[in-house]
Amino acid sequence: MNKLLISPAPHIHSGDSVSKNMYGVIIALIPAYLTALYFFGLGALIVSVTAVVSCVLFEYLIQRYLLKGESTIYDGSAVLTGLLLSFNLPSNLPIWIVVVGALVAIGVGKMSFGGLGNNPFNPALVGRVFLLISFPVQMTTWPRPMPLNMHYLDAETGATPLAFLKGGAFEDLPAHMDLLLGNIGGSLGEVSAIALLIGLVYLLVRKIITWHIPVSILVTVLVFTGILHAVNPDMYASPLVHLLTGGLLLGAIFMATDYVTSPMSHVGMIVYGIGIGVITVVIRVFGAYPEGMSFAILIMNAFTPLINTYIKPKRFGEKKKQ
Amino acid sequence: MKTFKIGGVHPAENKFSAGKRIVDTPLPKQVIIPLAAYIGKPSVPVVAKGDVVKVGQLVGQADGFVSSNVHSSVSGKVVKIEPALDASGYKRMSMFIDVEGDEWLETIDRSTELIRECKLTREEIVKKIADAGIVGLGGATFPAHVKLTPPPGKKAEVLIINAVECEPYLTCDHELMMEHCEEILVGISILMKALQVSRAVIGIENNKPDAIALFQRQIQVLSFDGIEVQPLKVKYPQGGEKQLIDAVTGRQVPSGALPIEVGAVVQNVGTTFAIYEAVQKNKPLIDRIVTITGKSMLNPGNYRVRLGTPLKNVVEQAGGIPEDTGKIVAGGPMMGRAVTSLDIPTAKGSAGVLFLTEKEARRLEPKNCIRCAKCVSVCPMGLEPFLLARQSDRHMWDELETNRVYDCIECGSCSYTCPANRPLLDNIRYGKVTVMGIMRQRNVKK
Repeated sequence: MNKLLISPAPHIHSGDSVSKNMYGVIIALIPAYLTALYFFGLGALIVSVTAVVSCVLFEYLIQRYLLKGESTIYDGSAVLTGLLLSFNLPSNLPIWIVVVGALVAIGVGKMSFGGLGNNPFNPALVGRVFLLISFPVQMTTWPRPMPLNMHYLDAETGATPLAFLKGGAFEDLPAHMDLLLGNIGGSLGEVSAIALLIGLVYLLVRKIITWHIPVSILVTVLVFTGILHAVNPDMYASPLVHLLTGGLLLGAIFMATDYVTSPMSHVGMIVYGIGIGVITVVIRVFGAYPEGMSFAILIMNAFTPLINTYIKPKRFGEKKKQ
Repeated sequence: MKTFKIGGVHPAENKFSAGKRIVDTPLPKQVIIPLAAYIGKPSVPVVAKGDVVKVGQLVGQADGFVSSNVHSSVSGKVVKIEPALDASGYKRMSMFIDVEGDEWLETIDRSTELIRECKLTREEIVKKIADAGIVGLGGATFPAHVKLTPPPGKKAEVLIINAVECEPYLTCDHELMMEHCEEILVGISILMKALQVSRAVIGIENNKPDAIALFQRQIQVLSFDGIEVQPLKVKYPQGGEKQLIDAVTGRQVPSGALPIEVGAVVQNVGTTFAIYEAVQKNKPLIDRIVTITGKSMLNPGNYRVRLGTPLKNVVEQAGGIPEDTGKIVAGGPMMGRAVTSLDIPTAKGSAGVLFLTEKEARRLEPKNCIRCAKCVSVCPMGLEPFLLARQSDRHMWDELETNRVYDCIECGSCSYTCPANRPLLDNIRYGKVTVMGIMRQRNVKK
């Protein structure tokens, strides 16, 4: 017999691991990725591969030569950051801009704080917002969806549904069926509502995330835009259009639920989700940008430590306040 | 299906020894009987070195109220009284008795005949239970008579029998229920009389449908009024006292309070059987059922063992120590203790011996906390394990108290779940012990 191990209980482990969760999210992104490849073709492939490869490479280099620690690229988080970054980019973005975005996402957004688990802001969104502010033209010129598109930089471009909304051109909005399937302009991973919802179901079934964040965001947006639409349907679009357009579903399901930057208690998650929903609608309807999801998530990321401090889980045996 | 409301996990059940009939273990050459095999003050020896004792004879007298009698489980000669290692990892004062024959006290009724009628008064029942040295056999080993004596002004409304056995691998309670259903039901009616309650609920997880069906049928057939079976959804740690009360009654015992605060008293099913034997058969607590199990175990099974028998004797019955053993756990895999040697005695709280392979037992390298909040989701007490672990690590005692580290029941669900393999409970235990020490000192000063 070998030497006996001695350690305190528990003596068994669930077998869950960081990489299982990260690769689980990546699997959940596959349906959306396939629709992106279908509608944006070559461009989607080039942008996504560039983003993933450069994120992994930057993480490896920074970990190896600046932090001088053990390589962390196998935990899957850098791949996931790269993939999510590319999902938030137009598919005709030049390679060098994608690489800059990856450097900011991994270098500034993640590694400067000490790597996975320490970053206050969602790294992919840090990269995306940096690009949006630095390269506003390239970042807001979206290719039209076209089955099996073989164009990259020279792809035909057009407005997104949210741009129509901003311009008040409601009659130009695509049909609901196109919004569901993804036959609309936009960032490469955000277009197909159905594909993203399939991902949500997978995440929930595998218990990688809980329902609290996505549902509270979607319900808030539904209620908020529903009230606006009821007050003046000529000025404000229907809630369904808001739910199915832009990065709302992508953000609610995959970006806002990022473990590291979202609250730890279920009630806290709901508060965080409501905050994201409200800020998103305010920016979309009243702000200068047509899309507010990225900003809303980053703003609520900043509130996460505060939420964690003041909103505690429901303790066992706690009496209800009279 | 009912269950407790907050948190919980569902580890693989691995009940290899389920349905294995209870086998008597042969008497060992020598037994080691600790004078404090329970929570409370150690008992005082009433026999000396060289004395000859019989099976069931009192050898240690309870010292105060929260203490318990200790009896000889064998007949023979006391050879020495000195500290010996037990499953807790500490050395405790113990009585070594060399076994000679198997001579029982004449007062003990060794027949298997079921005696249903009990004419004793409430006080007589509690005294008999205290005299028999009965402690909680689920693992906590708290003296049973203390729970049956509610503090003045408090009244029990419901008796809850803990037949959950939520620890993976363990099956001793399950098998006991299948083989001694009637005795347990009589034991419950005795407890109901002692507590003067008209309602008792047996909480059984629905991974034991045979036990649920058997008890439901026998309650009908033998018309045990006021006793009911409550099937529960399988979820760990449902056998935790507070969790079980929540699952069965929907009431949550407040922080720091006893179950009687919500009108409940909980007894383990094994304890209930021991109480039947003590009250109806005059048999003190001298043996118990122990599950010997593990993936590579030759004969995983349930064994009736005289207390004080070295665990290695029991393990031999089950086919000896498996070749690939990496860790030996006294108790279940979630809350049991890893032991260094099988020379330690079977104690009142020894529900099982579990052999884990090295691969199963080895902890993986901890990684950065990714703040996934899974520990928060699974904590059955609604605490924040990630935060408590970090604050313990940094000696933040005030913050730990504010965040209620003292409520932790040490079920291990957080460490079990953590995808980053962080040793959450190790750290929390350290913080909990320290904070509770500070709180006690403060109360003394007041």
